[in-house]
Amino acid sequence: MDKPVVIVVGAGPAGTRAAQTLAQAGLRPVVLDENRLQGGQIYRRQPENFSRPASKLYGASARSATALHTAFEALLPHIDYRPETLAWGISSNQLLTEHHQHVETLPFDAMIIAAGATDRIMPCPGWTLPGVFTLGGAQIALKAQACTIGAAPIFMGTGPLLYLVAWQYLRAGVKPRAVLDTSSFKTRMKGLSGLRHRPAILAQGIRYMADLLRTGVPLHAGITPVRVEKQENDTDLRVRGVTWRTARGQLRHTEGDAVGIGYGLRSETQLADLLKCDFAFDALSRQWLPVTDEDGATSQKGIYLAGDGAGIRGADAAESAGELAALRCLADLGRPVAQKEVECLRDALKPMNAFRHGLETGFPWPWKNAADLPDETVICRCENVTAGDIRRAAGPLDAPEVNRAKAFVRVGMGRCQGRMCGLAGTEILAAARNIPIEEAGRIRSAAPVKPLPAKIRGIMT
Amino acid sequence: MKGLFRRVAEAERPHITITVDGQPVTTLEGDTLLTALLLAGSQLRLNEFDQKPRAGFCLMGACQDCRVWTENGDELRACSTPVSSGMRIVTAEVPWTSQ
Repeated sequence: MDKPVVIVVGAGPAGTRAAQTLAQAGLRPVVLDENRLQGGQIYRRQPENFSRPASKLYGASARSATALHTAFEALLPHIDYRPETLAWGISSNQLLTEHHQHVETLPFDAMIIAAGATDRIMPCPGWTLPGVFTLGGAQIALKAQACTIGAAPIFMGTGPLLYLVAWQYLRAGVKPRAVLDTSSFKTRMKGLSGLRHRPAILAQGIRYMADLLRTGVPLHAGITPVRVEKQENDTDLRVRGVTWRTARGQLRHTEGDAVGIGYGLRSETQLADLLKCDFAFDALSRQWLPVTDEDGATSQKGIYLAGDGAGIRGADAAESAGELAALRCLADLGRPVAQKEVECLRDALKPMNAFRHGLETGFPWPWKNAADLPDETVICRCENVTAGDIRRAAGPLDAPEVNRAKAFVRVGMGRCQGRMCGLAGTEILAAARNIPIEEAGRIRSAAPVKPLPAKIRGIMT
Repeated sequence: MKGLFRRVAEAERPHITITVDGQPVTTLEGDTLLTALLLAGSQLRLNEFDQKPRAGFCLMGACQDCRVWTENGDELRACSTPVSSGMRIVTAEVPWTSQ
């Protein structure tokens, strides 16, 4: 094997550093990016004709963002970069890709998957109304389009992104009406022992909260979402506000014209699933994740994971993990690798693991809320499958796990393939059957992992 | 009714006109279709199960909620499609029979 073909899926912090490490070793990796421009979601770039400086776009992370973008530009002559390209399936050890309605199969000797994450969503009544977006979406509107999701937004959910996005909106001149956090102060204190492993990040979060409070943005802790309220005029339907319960159970209403929701992040694991990597239940995040060793090697030879797609540890960890996975890949391909460098990266990731533990403990996924959602709540927003439908699958139809429920009532069957509803739907099923969540299974991935255009052309080799 | 989105910066860009459901919509070069449509209005399409309006959700190509169509029937994901001059968009699926 003279020059092995290594594919890197994703061009965020993990994918970029993985590609860089491979290129430095003399390989020419193929880098697949669904986006038009490199950077991933966290360091997503604005279009070329926008002019805001990095400090405005990325705040405290501006230096990291610029460093990653610059490193990538220098890398371009040494890699096969394919923007706007979807990796959508696996066939006979080849990766199936699509770019502008053109399909191509790519053979590979090894693959580093840095597919990232999406917001973790707990539905509530009214969450499908126009004006409700994910926290990540609310941030992308601002970062990549210089727009806000409304003039009087409410941010609801939990986790660091909740405060970061609210703070970024405040700085952009659009004052949030409220920040509604399902995590109570007491719960957050439990996360402190983990969070203090990254004191600078913790201090930043506290600063965001302080800035919001100082400017009069109400921050509520330990809330329970009740519903997103609507206003309707003829054919115009949109958000009017949010009804929620205080920690003491009192009903409250906050007026607003937009809502950003999110409860931490969930990993994108479809390709690892299609590649038949082993998965294991992660009790901390209550999600099934591909099994990897500390370097990102999976149960499948030549397949590596890095970044939030392997478990949520954030952008800084993703850079180290991308590099580490690439070094492991090189070592497995028989290339010389400096062991000292490997040890150094492993050490760098240790506090990230503790920090992740702190985040999941201090700002937990409010899984218990799923059991209390009214029957008429839409859970699968693709096909309007309700909580009641899932409970019918769990009870009268006797679906023992989520894939059977999917077959019966189509939860997770829609175009997003359960990315938005899968975790909550599984919680509802588990609660209705009174079984531990790990016994309710996980939605199996299927190709194409995202919808393909109907007018597709190309040659399958 | 006003649009859902508010533009807070980057307004100094060339204007582009696209057509949405037969009506002209003015937007700026570099906007996505989602941005253009939600600055001008409050919805992208109707959900095919309850016929209620939807306006996208994740903005990162994961939820598939923001699709719109060209007048030729091509499906576009509004959050990841930049506007281009002369685009002709419809917010309801073009029936197969008309193609």
